[in-house]
Amino acid sequence: MEFGLSDDQRMFQDSIKGYLESAAALDTVREIADGDRDKGGAMNAGIAELGVGQVLIPESHDGLGLGLLDAALIQEALGAAVAPVDHLATAMAIVGIEAAGTEAEKAEWLPKIASGDVRMGVAVTEHVGAREGAGINAASGQLSGKSLFAMEIRNATHILVADQSGALHIAKHGDAITRSPHLTIDRTRDLAELVFNAAPAVAVSGENRPGYSADRVVETGRLLLAADTLGAAQAMLDKAVDYARARKQFNRVIGSFQSVKHLCAEMAAHLEPARALVWHAAHAVDENMEDAAMMVCLAKSHLAEVGTFVARTSTEVHGGMGFTDLVGLHYWFKRIGANRQLLGGPEKVREDAARLQGWA
Amino acid sequence: MRAPLKHPLRPVRGSEIRIEDKTLDLSLSPEYEAFRDQVAGLLQDNQQKAPTQADRGIKNQRRQDWQKWLIENGLAARTIPKEYGGYGAAPDILKSRIIAEEFARTGLPKGIANQGVSMLVPTLLELGTEEQKQAYIRPTLHGEMIWCQGYSEPGAGSDLASLTTKGEIDGDDYVINGQKIWTSTAKQADMIFCLVRTEPDAKKHHGISYLIFSMDTPGIEVRPLVDMTMNANFNEVFFTDVRVPRDQIVGAPGKGWQVANATLTHERGMLGDPNAAKTRLLAIADLMQKETINGERLIDNPVFRDRLVALQARVYAMQANGLRVMSNRIKGENAGMAGLIIKLQGCELNHELARLAIDAMGEFGLLYGDTPYLRDFGEWQAKYMYDLGLIIGGGTAQIQKNIISERGLGMPREPRPAAA
Repeated sequence: MEFGLSDDQRMFQDSIKGYLESAAALDTVREIADGDRDKGGAMNAGIAELGVGQVLIPESHDGLGLGLLDAALIQEALGAAVAPVDHLATAMAIVGIEAAGTEAEKAEWLPKIASGDVRMGVAVTEHVGAREGAGINAASGQLSGKSLFAMEIRNATHILVADQSGALHIAKHGDAITRSPHLTIDRTRDLAELVFNAAPAVAVSGENRPGYSADRVVETGRLLLAADTLGAAQAMLDKAVDYARARKQFNRVIGSFQSVKHLCAEMAAHLEPARALVWHAAHAVDENMEDAAMMVCLAKSHLAEVGTFVARTSTEVHGGMGFTDLVGLHYWFKRIGANRQLLGGPEKVREDAARLQGWA
Repeated sequence: MRAPLKHPLRPVRGSEIRIEDKTLDLSLSPEYEAFRDQVAGLLQDNQQKAPTQADRGIKNQRRQDWQKWLIENGLAARTIPKEYGGYGAAPDILKSRIIAEEFARTGLPKGIANQGVSMLVPTLLELGTEEQKQAYIRPTLHGEMIWCQGYSEPGAGSDLASLTTKGEIDGDDYVINGQKIWTSTAKQADMIFCLVRTEPDAKKHHGISYLIFSMDTPGIEVRPLVDMTMNANFNEVFFTDVRVPRDQIVGAPGKGWQVANATLTHERGMLGDPNAAKTRLLAIADLMQKETINGERLIDNPVFRDRLVALQARVYAMQANGLRVMSNRIKGENAGMAGLIIKLQGCELNHELARLAIDAMGEFGLLYGDTPYLRDFGEWQAKYMYDLGLIIGGGTAQIQKNIISERGLGMPREPRPAAA
């Protein structure tokens, strides 16, 4: 038994952190968040070159054959840098195709995703909760209807879609699909409404348990959102500690005041066990453990709460500067805020956890 | 056409490069699975021997018999050498974990974990003389010798090293005068391990000695201190010219602070045990599925259910954190932040778990004492109040936050006020 990360896993994460350190400086993040498509594309390409998109693809289909824990470590690094790059939807789509695809379908799609020839977005929000008349109907190879909060569509060539029955389809991004970007607090994320107007699509047809594969897609997204929050929250804690050790008032660094130290200690005390929970939940999925789905719900909902606490507390430790656009701490604050709501807020996800263990 | 490769781990077609050294591995080898089966079988076959809530009293015969059986079967005092009354197994953190998990799963009472067993025994094993080990460890492990801890004083709480109870040398004895407070089980205790200022001219951390002596020594007076649970869980202990032979010391004179710090580490580990929180969580989930109000199970109330799952996530997080700490210990590495936060988070979590049980029970949650409709012996109110004591005791939550921020985050200490 061992509970920790291997040297290889640390090395992988460090190489991504290293890349982001130079490529995703806050100024660059700002430019991409403000709409610089070229820089956004360059960062996506840089991340793709590190092999990030291949992590969950089996080696037999040209991938790295790694697990959700490895994908989570990547997402944690992306969250720490508030990197405006695509990873979440790729991972979710791979898991969907793996879960619902026939052998022939996997052999068709997964190598293309591994090579970067196919870039996947996802439209599965309605599988968590449909509103405003959203929902996708599938009939005779065509999709119609709308999906809200579809992820990472801007750079996508194809979209993995969950229809109203929970079945999965792959649609080529094209003329029959209208994309209207959402303006949210978090401009590092690509979220959009999609309208499908008899859009041609192929079914991912190996599914024999309706909704099961869509559940796995959502589960993957939830775990990665939790990991993203973990990274972003740790970055906010680190920034708060650095700031408190440098900023002087009353002829002392403010980090020597217990009122400030205790805020930092509380952030650390909440965040450190949350890290172990994310690892444990990802590992439970990788090992196909009985309570894996429930563990992911616990991780998603708990990181939403811990992240929210750290986000507001770190901002407070920064005083007025934390509130400014100049310092830019708000990019992390908003990323954590978005992660909290996406694919189910903590109350919704806890209800899922209760249902999964027969409590509801 | 594929892009050139930058990442060293990225697979090159036909190459062997990949992450295969996965260290997050919660599976146990067959040897350990067999050990788990053996422990589960032992507990299953002997559960009728276990004391129940009705077996009260610190030296209850049934409890002592159970403890003896646990030690003989390697389920308590497992790694304490046989010559001192333990089971004598080689330390194996995984086996200890399996035993703890089986107690948590079955709900059977685990081995005695009083202050003598948890704090004095490890201290003696590390720093005691051979005579001290021979004399004290065996009866302590078997629940026949009860200890109390004489650390805190009315004027020395969080600033423990400022203690003033003094021990003056007179011939072969220390003569002790002063007062201790927050001394749990002092009424029942046979012995005390006590911090006493023996070198009045030394700096405050260097003038303290760690003495062990009988509570029957003339000049000791114990006054119960009734707390908010309306029980006397703690006492005040007064020393008036108490004569203690000078060889009743652990470690060297003036080294008591270091000796005590060894045991405080043990205490803080004990106070945040995630298995205890898991047991409590399961008990609450059970209660909420059994109890009904207006014919509706408590767990069917979405507000209470939400609180239960939110706490469950925290319990699982602390458990996973505990696995991480244990994994570090197996490798001989410092657990760092993961270890520092256990006392603070674990005690708070236990307190909030008790709060949920009380809230979910509505008016029945108020019942306390020997009264009709009482649920679970009124233990949730007792725990809710007692746990507040644990949040304060053993290093207050605020002291824990100082430790986390200074040792864990590298933040500066509070500047000391200029001497007057």
